[in-house]
Amino acid sequence: MTWLGDNWRTVLDLAVSHLYLAGVPLVIGLVLALPLGWAAKRWAGAYPAIITGTGLLYTIPSLALFVMMPLLLGTKILDPVNVLVAMTIYTVALLVRTVADGLRAVPDHVEQAATAMGYRGLRRLFGVELPLAVPVIAAGLRVAAVSNVSIVSVASVVGVSQLGDLLVDGYNRVIWGELLTGILACVLLALLLDLVIQAGTRALTPWVRAQGGRP
Amino acid sequence: MIRFDAVTKQFPDGTIAVDDLTLTAPTGKITVLVGPSGCGKTTSLRMVNRMIEPTSGTISLDGQDTGRMNAAELRRGIGYVIQHAGLFPHRTVLDNIGTVPRLLGWDKKRTRDVSAELLERVGLAPELGARYPAQLSGGQQQRVGVARALAADPPVMLMDEPFSAVDPVVRDQLQDEFLRLQSELGKTILLVTHDIDEAIKLGDQVAVLRVGGRLAQVAEPAYLLAHPADDFVADFVGRDRGYRALQFQQVPRLPLRAEPTVLLGEVPSRSDSAWLLVVDGSRRPVGWVEPGRVGQRAVTEADLHRGGTVARAEGSLRGALDAALSSPSRRGVIVDDAGELCGTVLAHEVLTAIEETDRPERDEGLS
Repeated sequence: MTWLGDNWRTVLDLAVSHLYLAGVPLVIGLVLALPLGWAAKRWAGAYPAIITGTGLLYTIPSLALFVMMPLLLGTKILDPVNVLVAMTIYTVALLVRTVADGLRAVPDHVEQAATAMGYRGLRRLFGVELPLAVPVIAAGLRVAAVSNVSIVSVASVVGVSQLGDLLVDGYNRVIWGELLTGILACVLLALLLDLVIQAGTRALTPWVRAQGGRP
Repeated sequence: MIRFDAVTKQFPDGTIAVDDLTLTAPTGKITVLVGPSGCGKTTSLRMVNRMIEPTSGTISLDGQDTGRMNAAELRRGIGYVIQHAGLFPHRTVLDNIGTVPRLLGWDKKRTRDVSAELLERVGLAPELGARYPAQLSGGQQQRVGVARALAADPPVMLMDEPFSAVDPVVRDQLQDEFLRLQSELGKTILLVTHDIDEAIKLGDQVAVLRVGGRLAQVAEPAYLLAHPADDFVADFVGRDRGYRALQFQQVPRLPLRAEPTVLLGEVPSRSDSAWLLVVDGSRRPVGWVEPGRVGQRAVTEADLHRGGTVARAEGSLRGALDAALSSPSRRGVIVDDAGELCGTVLAHEVLTAIEETDRPERDEGLS
């Protein structure tokens, strides 16, 4: 642990970058997944295409995606934007299905009541459907958060600094303290994001506790 | 007034759900659509607020063709109650009730005041307002559903099996309260049910639909029971329709006999009768006892035989006959409006009264 004592400032800086590279795409990805998921729910015919299409994006190896980004975006190879965009793609891939399924899980009689009360358009989506989909979407978001924290570490290979650097450097120079710190820091970061999402979900869904935890 | 004019609904798969329906639901009255499953009653209801569009024909509200109105605005002007209440699980009871007012753009204060008032009106305690639907019983949820439908004070209400998801005792209670509420509010109501008893109890007018969406008969309940138009209607209203029709016939002057009683907690004074009626301190009947079994001790709650029903003197012949038939002593207990004992009556005396009463011979329908 002497390694950590000597390098904690570096570790902290890398952790902040890691959080930024994993967290910002999580938010952007969620915002993008909402209309896509909504479309998949709204047009039953488009559901398989949208879900399979976005789902396939997740199968692209992260290294390949990081390397492809400058070609697609015209950015410099070391630009962190490459990583942000790539991570956003992964987040979208994970969340579109979740959003669609969350919206589809809104009980039929609630949908009917919303129609009969005269709800329509965005007010219906934000007033009735989305709030009720929050528990399902939040569950997907937690998976995406952990997945992002894990995948971002690969970005060290394309020269974008974050906690992954500790893994690469610790491995190459056989510094066990550095390697262990990198792993632990990633785990802690994933836990932190998870806790934040859980707290946010709790705040948004007081009604779930009212029905004994059943969403 | 809701008017269906030659309304037909054919679904894309070719099924005809409603076939050439012409029907008027008069202003301020309850019109019940009743029929077996597949008779198109719910489809008919949903065409009124355009949750389903008719294939042909027109539906009008007070002479205005609903097909020409904006669907969402039309719906905000019509109260809607569905089977499982359909409350929004993520909103508190008060916010649920205030749904339509908020959609109509009322401010928060006014919406809250109206919602709180309606909560009370449907018989729920104010503190329930802050709860979520999942924290209420089925019956309470249904009351909130009714309050929500009433919130913006719409002249027209659509009710789709509003009381079928609750147990029979609660259902009966909800029906009674609904009738009391309607007597104060006088809404134009179209109610769908598969339960002929409910239809007869609630409807000012009952429309019986047959499978395939054809109107079989529309009439006031008493007329429907007395004069079913055909075998289908006769079969649907049931074999005991003659007995049930009695509920629409007020008790004429029945020859009531004085009934010896014993006060609960006291020793029966006489024991020449096999059964003795027990009353409480306000002369309200509480049950029957067998003096022979009680002997010389005080009558307790445990001695009571509570099988007999009690009929109101101002009630129906059905109630009076049932009181006589269900009483262990064969003497039917009749009470006044305050629940105090008036006297007893025997079944054959009620039957004599029935024979002297005419069957309903009124015009079909209300309009």
